[in-house]
Amino acid sequence: MLIYAVKRLVYMLPVAVGVSIVCFLLVHIAPGDPLTAVLPSDASAELQAQMRAVYGFDRPLPVQYGLWAWRVLHGDFGASIATGRPVATELANAVVNSLILAAVATCIGFFFGTLFGVVAGYFRGSLIDRLCSTLSVLGVSVPHYWLGMVLVIVFSVELGWLPATGGGPGGSAGRSFDWAYLQYLLLPAITMSVIPMGIVARTLRALVGDILNQEFINALGAKGLEHRGIFRHVVKNAAPTAFAVMGLQLGYLLGGSILIETVFAWPGTGFLLNAAIFQRDLPLLQGTILVLALFFVGVNLVVDIVQTSVDPRMQRA
Amino acid sequence: MIEIEKLEVTFTGGRKPVRAVNGVDLSVPQGSVLALLGESGSGKSVTLRSLLRLHPEKRTRIGGSIRVGGQDVMALNRRQLADLRGRVVSMVFQEPMLALDPVYTVGRQITEAIRKHEGISEAAARARALALFERVRIPSPERRLDAYPHEMSGGMRQRAMIALALSCNPKVLLADEPTTALDATVQIQILLLLRELQRELGLTVIFVTHDIGVAVEVADRIAVMYAGRIVEQGSVPDVIGNPLHPYTRGLLAARVDEAVPGSRLVTIPGSPPDLADLPKGCAFAARCAQVHAACQDQVPALAGRLGDHRAACLLT
Repeated sequence: MLIYAVKRLVYMLPVAVGVSIVCFLLVHIAPGDPLTAVLPSDASAELQAQMRAVYGFDRPLPVQYGLWAWRVLHGDFGASIATGRPVATELANAVVNSLILAAVATCIGFFFGTLFGVVAGYFRGSLIDRLCSTLSVLGVSVPHYWLGMVLVIVFSVELGWLPATGGGPGGSAGRSFDWAYLQYLLLPAITMSVIPMGIVARTLRALVGDILNQEFINALGAKGLEHRGIFRHVVKNAAPTAFAVMGLQLGYLLGGSILIETVFAWPGTGFLLNAAIFQRDLPLLQGTILVLALFFVGVNLVVDIVQTSVDPRMQRA
Repeated sequence: MIEIEKLEVTFTGGRKPVRAVNGVDLSVPQGSVLALLGESGSGKSVTLRSLLRLHPEKRTRIGGSIRVGGQDVMALNRRQLADLRGRVVSMVFQEPMLALDPVYTVGRQITEAIRKHEGISEAAARARALALFERVRIPSPERRLDAYPHEMSGGMRQRAMIALALSCNPKVLLADEPTTALDATVQIQILLLLRELQRELGLTVIFVTHDIGVAVEVADRIAVMYAGRIVEQGSVPDVIGNPLHPYTRGLLAARVDEAVPGSRLVTIPGSPPDLADLPKGCAFAARCAQVHAACQDQVPALAGRLGDHRAACLLT
């Protein structure tokens, strides 16, 4: 098992390097000059050249990549062009905010997704199945920025129960997990949980239905097991696939959602990415994309390892 | 030991109800082996599974009565049924790879059954499982208990399946084509093992098969099924040596080992009737070489001239 984990970790390295190259190039392939954002439009050619030299944009691409990668390895993502603050600080703050949002959304989404999916799969074709299925189809089909706005209209504007936007009473400086903070978290988290809930529910419904149709379920009944005993077998059979789907969803959630964070003005990575794109803030954009991409790679690694440890057929293959 | 009367099983899940079993009467005395012989779709497996009420309740209509050791299986409640399953009546499935849970070790699947019925400790159950593995002659049994089904060979999986079926000392063993999925040499070993265990433990066995050779090997009596009915029933020498029903004769004539090398294999012309749309009379009439006008009108009853060798044909 440990050997497998180490092996997977080693395999991850070339992927990470590839990801970093793609991140670096993407920004350079995209049209537009980052300097137009900071320089006045009537700046002289010398000033432009000078700024270009300061940021290193005059060097050849591979050199730029090498320098950038070297600095990134040392935790230095450069300074944001728009604000002048170090990208690393901005990122760290945003990542923590996104993680908190993702964690809460994940809990809500996976809990209800699992509940709806398993119940629907177990009582396939019944009224309760149709109810659960409808909810999960709604979950995957409703545009979540729209849902976010509807929730804001209902709970903030009409009822006045929860604040509409923002990252907490004291901004990201004063994070204290009390009601004053949580009420800011609730609406974006619920909005965000809807998609993974729907996907997890649909996957589990199909999965549980398939498992229940297999011959070994008959065999379990034939040796005298009742619902509870059979249910344990269903859960263990469904677990590997369920974890894989959940891990993928977790990856999406951890990446933050540009739309949701923008609707709720939640100061996470999605919000940051949005700002970086519109301000042509190259160092910030590169740093954010890289961190998000590496997140995904890391989550996939963890999911692979967890899945392998749960499913005996994969372990020894 | 087993008394089945007028068993009718209809599956109502599809567009039209499918009448898989249409009035089966069977009686298996304690300690004897009955082979239920028939082709695919003749209702033999359905009959067998009815003994444990394994059919999905919502989509199945069952009529008639089934008694096992004096207990009325149809009248049992959920709890009583669970107590019957595995403990009084247990089952060996056709394809052990599909009938064993792939993510549990084989040992766990056996101890689970023992503990469900007897509430003993895991260690005690494991000791019993180990003894069972030795009994069904699985090599290095201690290690095999911790193996997953996919880590065993087909023959070994079926041995484990048999060990599982015997784990709670049942009185009745239902075998649903237990050797069909195995290759020929392993088939013989499993058959011999089953026959040996049946004799030593005094088991009452119903053995479902489509292989006449297998039926002759293991059974005391044979019941031949066609389109959900029993068409002929009797001791092995009677049915094989003096088949009364044209269908049984057709089956015997179609055996590969009877064939002359180089010539075409003998078959029964036509195909079995649609179970959703059974004819009024004898279900075999459309394929029968000796068909009469009367065959189309009524279903012949199982009747016999020679003791307990009986056939459902107007000609006998």
